[in-house]
Amino acid sequence: MTIEILMPALSPTMEEGTLSKWLVNEGDSISSGDLIAEIETDKATMEVEAVDDGKIGQLLVAEGTEGVKVNTPIALLVDTNELPHATIKNIADKPYLEKEKIPSKPSNDKPISIEANSSLITVREALRNAMAEEMRADKSVFVMGEEVAEYQGAYKVTQGLLDEFGGKRVYDTPITEHGFAGIGIGAAFGNLKPIVEFMTFNFAMQAMDQIINSAAKTLYMSGGQMGCPIVFRGPNGAASRVAAQHSQCYASWYAHCPGLKVVSPWSSKDAKGLLKSAIRDPDPVIFLENEVMYGQSFSCPDDDNFTLPIGKANIEKEGNDVTIIAFSIMVGKSLEAAEILKDKNINAEVVNLRTLRPLDVDTIIESVKKTNRVVTCEEGFPFSGIGAEISALITEKAFDWLDAPVVRVTGKDVPMPYAANLEKLALPQVDDIVSASAQVCYED
Amino acid sequence: MKKNMAKKILTEPKMNYDLNLLQNMYKKMLLIRRFEEKAGQLYGMGQIGGFCHLYIGQEAVVVGIQSAQIDGDSVVTSYRDHGHMLACDMDPKGVMAELTGRKDGYSKGKGGSMHMFSREKGFFGGHGIVAAQVPIGAGLAFSHKYNRNKNVSITYFGDGAANQGQVYESYNIASLWNLPVVFVIENNKYGMGTSVNRSSAGENLSDRGKPYGIMSEIVDGMDILAVREAAVRAIDYCRSGKGPYILEMKTYRYRGHSMSDPAKYRTRDEVDKIRKTSDPIENIKSLLSKMGVEDETLKDIDTEIKSVIAEAAKFAQGSPEPSEDELFTDITIN
Repeated sequence: MTIEILMPALSPTMEEGTLSKWLVNEGDSISSGDLIAEIETDKATMEVEAVDDGKIGQLLVAEGTEGVKVNTPIALLVDTNELPHATIKNIADKPYLEKEKIPSKPSNDKPISIEANSSLITVREALRNAMAEEMRADKSVFVMGEEVAEYQGAYKVTQGLLDEFGGKRVYDTPITEHGFAGIGIGAAFGNLKPIVEFMTFNFAMQAMDQIINSAAKTLYMSGGQMGCPIVFRGPNGAASRVAAQHSQCYASWYAHCPGLKVVSPWSSKDAKGLLKSAIRDPDPVIFLENEVMYGQSFSCPDDDNFTLPIGKANIEKEGNDVTIIAFSIMVGKSLEAAEILKDKNINAEVVNLRTLRPLDVDTIIESVKKTNRVVTCEEGFPFSGIGAEISALITEKAFDWLDAPVVRVTGKDVPMPYAANLEKLALPQVDDIVSASAQVCYED
Repeated sequence: MKKNMAKKILTEPKMNYDLNLLQNMYKKMLLIRRFEEKAGQLYGMGQIGGFCHLYIGQEAVVVGIQSAQIDGDSVVTSYRDHGHMLACDMDPKGVMAELTGRKDGYSKGKGGSMHMFSREKGFFGGHGIVAAQVPIGAGLAFSHKYNRNKNVSITYFGDGAANQGQVYESYNIASLWNLPVVFVIENNKYGMGTSVNRSSAGENLSDRGKPYGIMSEIVDGMDILAVREAAVRAIDYCRSGKGPYILEMKTYRYRGHSMSDPAKYRTRDEVDKIRKTSDPIENIKSLLSKMGVEDETLKDIDTEIKSVIAEAAKFAQGSPEPSEDELFTDITIN
């Protein structure tokens, strides 16, 4: 009997990976538990164990092959009693996958144009470059967090930093968010510039007191003496199938608090330019990334001095009929929606907020004056969300310019469910943005 | 937790105690005592609002420890912070003006009793959330180590804070990373109205450093010489790069947790007894007499301090309230 060994899924968001090394040869006998291959995912390089006993009949995927989809057969295991040659003959119709580079999926279906003096890099690489460049430029910048050093980052965002900067600049912490967030804040009061990584902002709940009461408020309470130049960064919002305690978007929680700056990048360019600004900023910055975005590639300026200003939104696509306001992963979904809306003769403008506090109210209001219709998009809960705030601001500052009530596209008002179908229902989708946009244009 | 406070005898001074040092410590303790008495009085007059936590009875702790510090060491504590600020040589006028919520206060009147800071004097607050200052103190120690500047962080917290989780997260990291931090537990026997016996499992709070491999000792916090000697040991240890150190100071606050505390959880008798037998200021005063300091000199010190406090109070009452423009300043730097 022949068993297909399939490319395993090794993380919640993994869709494909690199088969970096075979640890067995054709004809080798293996037992359940033996290491057979090394697979590199976007999070880590992992060793794969055999789950059955037998003999390796054939390796179907060559070492070094990138972009191997989850569940692709990568090898054939034959019963030890069968002769390997006979087996190979039997399965000869299986095509041998040549080593080749399969390009990673672009952020949207349009081909990505690479701007001048820029490279196509992932959001993950952009974040890492931003940290490395700032660490080279300023010795008071250091990184701390869970698994940021020897493990190379739970999501590989800090990969290589330990090698370049050593253990005096890159610190693995115990799993004690409350404690290490506070230590980072103390270090910032001591004139250092810590970058504190939370494995996810869901875990930063444990550190909320230190972030709000100590980092955000101390400058005010000290009459301006106690600056706290710290960056708290990490993935925020939903990943994939990790349910209620690991999927929440905290944008509105942090944006609520004076004393903080809250930044949420979408593209690689955003990630690099904004993270560098955040590290240089004298105030505490909450930097909300998105796990699903880490592996997506965008054009990003190569310049070590490239920064983007905190507090400034970017119009990703100009349009006249409706303003779609989004941040983080929802920017990509909004751009997809804008493409679909073209077919309905709706020319949407897509505003990428980039910063949630201080919010770029001017750019929003200017766009409203042009389009007279607004849809806000966020993964977070609707109640007291970013969309609610924007809607109120527009009512206060541009009420007379509105031709329709503002519509919010948000995550549903429920804890994130685990089941795939329910999760999809709970998260805002491109179609939701399309229909909300049609609704404000009275085209539904 | 049993501590016999009845037989209180000040540690016999060793020959090398400089009379000047002892006299200065006496002065500082007296300054704190008189300052706090005045603050209590102004609170009663409605000049100070909100919460106001007085340090009366605990003066030997902060003054003894401060006497072992050098320039550049950082100090961080809870909301019972007036004594620490005065010990750091912050100006009593600026502290009192902050208590009265005036523009010349250390935080321009925007922090109040619990939230005051002076970077210049190495005082990093003044924190209103129980035990929030503990990881911050470890972080200040981290910055000293990172900058290799040989300074240490003195991180004060009370017996109540000693049950908060972040204290142990800080112990763990401070020990793992060998941070130069002296954790000073000011055990005044009550976390607000709950006695240590009713809130804290185990024998001694200082024992809780042991599983983390942190050196610790219990010190009679009413005896300033014992405090100073322990502080010298602890600070030398940290400064030499050996890692953190815990000092559990057995002390006592005479006043309530805050000004609005009716103090029904202990008897008047208990407080009086300690005042009579263990008062840290009376102790050092009689030591100074024994060492030949004239009554006249002690009286002069008293007079001088009273005038400093009177001036501070006058200044704090005379300083204007912050301008309304200050409402929107200092939220972020840029």
